[in-house]
Amino acid sequence: MTKIEELFKQKQQKVLNVYCTAGFPKLESTMEVMKALQDNGADLIELGMPYSDPLADGEVIQQSGAVALQNGMTISILFNQLEEMRPTIHVPVILMGYMNPVIQYGFENFCRKAAEVGIDGLILPDLPMYEYETEYREILERHQLNLIFLVTPETKDERLKRIDELSTGFLYAVSSSSTTGNNKDISEQEGYFKKLSDMNLTNPILVGFGIKDRETFEVACKYTNGAIIGSAYIKALGNGKDVNTATRDFLQTII
Amino acid sequence: MTTVEETILSPIGKEGVGPNEFGYYGKFGGAYIPEMLHPNVEQLKTRYLEIMAEPSFQKEYQELLRDYVGRPTPLFFAQRLSKQFNSKIYLKREDLCHTGAHKINNTIGQILLAQKLGKKRIIAETGAGQHGVATATVCALKGMECVVYMGEVDIERQAPNVARMKMLGATVVPAKSGSRTLKDATNEAIRAWINEPVHTHYIIGSVVGPHPYPDMVARFQSVISEEMRWQLKEKTGAELPNQVVACVGGGSNAAGAFYHFINEPAVRLIAVEAAGHGINSGMSAATTQLGRAGVLHGSKSLVMQTEDGQVIEPHSISAGLDYPGIGPMHAHLFDCGRGTFLSVTDEDSLTAAFELAKLEGIIPALESAHAFSALKQMDLKEDDVTIVCLSGRGDKDLATYMRSMEQAPALKGV
Ligand SMILES: Cc1ncc(COP(=O)(O)O)c(C=O)c1O
Repeated sequence: MTKIEELFKQKQQKVLNVYCTAGFPKLESTMEVMKALQDNGADLIELGMPYSDPLADGEVIQQSGAVALQNGMTISILFNQLEEMRPTIHVPVILMGYMNPVIQYGFENFCRKAAEVGIDGLILPDLPMYEYETEYREILERHQLNLIFLVTPETKDERLKRIDELSTGFLYAVSSSSTTGNNKDISEQEGYFKKLSDMNLTNPILVGFGIKDRETFEVACKYTNGAIIGSAYIKALGNGKDVNTATRDFLQTII
Repeated sequence: MTTVEETILSPIGKEGVGPNEFGYYGKFGGAYIPEMLHPNVEQLKTRYLEIMAEPSFQKEYQELLRDYVGRPTPLFFAQRLSKQFNSKIYLKREDLCHTGAHKINNTIGQILLAQKLGKKRIIAETGAGQHGVATATVCALKGMECVVYMGEVDIERQAPNVARMKMLGATVVPAKSGSRTLKDATNEAIRAWINEPVHTHYIIGSVVGPHPYPDMVARFQSVISEEMRWQLKEKTGAELPNQVVACVGGGSNAAGAFYHFINEPAVRLIAVEAAGHGINSGMSAATTQLGRAGVLHGSKSLVMQTEDGQVIEPHSISAGLDYPGIGPMHAHLFDCGRGTFLSVTDEDSLTAAFELAKLEGIIPALESAHAFSALKQMDLKEDDVTIVCLSGRGDKDLATYMRSMEQAPALKGV
């Protein structure tokens, strides 16, 4: 069982997953940020690997990735930084990124290394189902990594069930059709969250995109197992305070 | 290496040259898209062939190609150019299309398809502005809202095309992310589509993007080689040329020029990439020479990138070839050896543009000038018949040509 699966055994409500970008705000910030998130109440950490062309991301996360790349972040450097992640970081950690850098690193190598340093799962938004099933699933399973798929309000029920079958760890419910950090009104999506909960899916559900404060967090959690915060936290990290203070102050406004 | 026969033959039509049902040409293609785009791409995938086969679609498409675009475009025997190379060279005059390039063959097709899909709004990316203008044009023709994403840097260097798009009623949105050129304009267009997927159709400008775009755009451009075949026969009695030459940015004019010859092994297919300042100068856009397999803009293909998988900003004097990728069909043609890939520097393309102007009275687009320059790298025989795809006219590049005449007055007299 991965740490993600263990987490959802113990906690089914208000699970808080926070996204941060590896190598942001400084190249050496990665561990400090993760530690601060853990100490201030994050149940799960989604660690973004910066990429030059992040299609699903809005401006804030794009910018943080650009800064991280400028700082010199690479996948190899990241894995070095993560060598000593366990046991200091005891919450589950997910790597989020795009297919191209992972393919260049070598998918199998990447998974082996990720498992070695104690990563629990991956989110690869541009990995298609067909390629996952025919090429990558077996590798992920061999290295006991969860693969978390995205679903959206436009995902048809039949496909949603199929994705739920393939997804492991949890299901990432995108709150509305958008890139990350949007300003769409999440309260309008309550019906969607309720529908997801009524479908009795196999996986726990975390809602992401557009969660930015206590109010939006509560709306997301009403019918699901929790939520994911990304852009709002990255913004807070970028406002000049030190990592610990910024993280504490930010998470206090959520939980 | 995979053979052409194994993977490239379309299951759909005998003359068709398409990917398999998952969008793969050999190792390349597919649809590497986030779930947010799945419904749109899936709808296109299930409907494009059926819609394109509808008699009402075909009727309107053919009528517009004839009466609006001005097709068929001539196949012109370039006498003085032929004499210079002591060979037989024909030009496929895509520069005579309405709006000045082949790009409109695709936008006419896609706007009709968007209408059939009930879409209300069109978005597009553009580099040089040719595809943006071709898209703005068909949107005006059909009364559809049009938003074009264009890199901030390109907006500055292609001012006349920006003005044309605005005059045609389109909104031009500057792409401010990354290197602020074509790659980033494409990212912004895809993000815009993610944010407003339901009523919007994204008209991609080349044979790139997730399946079915590469195949769909290739089919719309295939009219180029369809005409080449009957025109050559009419003019010379010959069924086939010895070679077809076309420049490659994403690869749409080349895909159209090669399409009906791919299954004719006797015809050499010559794709010309932009070498920029030279392949090893660090300022180049020759993707097959410098790229590795990777994923860019929704498909697996050859991509110029760092060791760490970050996409590199390419360089070419021609904005239309200034792209770090190449369509998956071309990656496959390269991989299996069916296509021959040459490259031409900025400087050599400029020289070729001035030569063509003097020899044939035709000022080519800088993109097309790359294809002409490549003739010098080929061993042309006296009896060889070569068709060069003259993908566009040089009006948009006049500022560059003027600058180069000032800097190197010798060019004027080439
Ligand atoms: C005249 C002309 N030729 C060629 C190209 C390159 O595109 P493609 O490789 O898709 O034909 C462009 C793109 O802007 C163009 O304007």
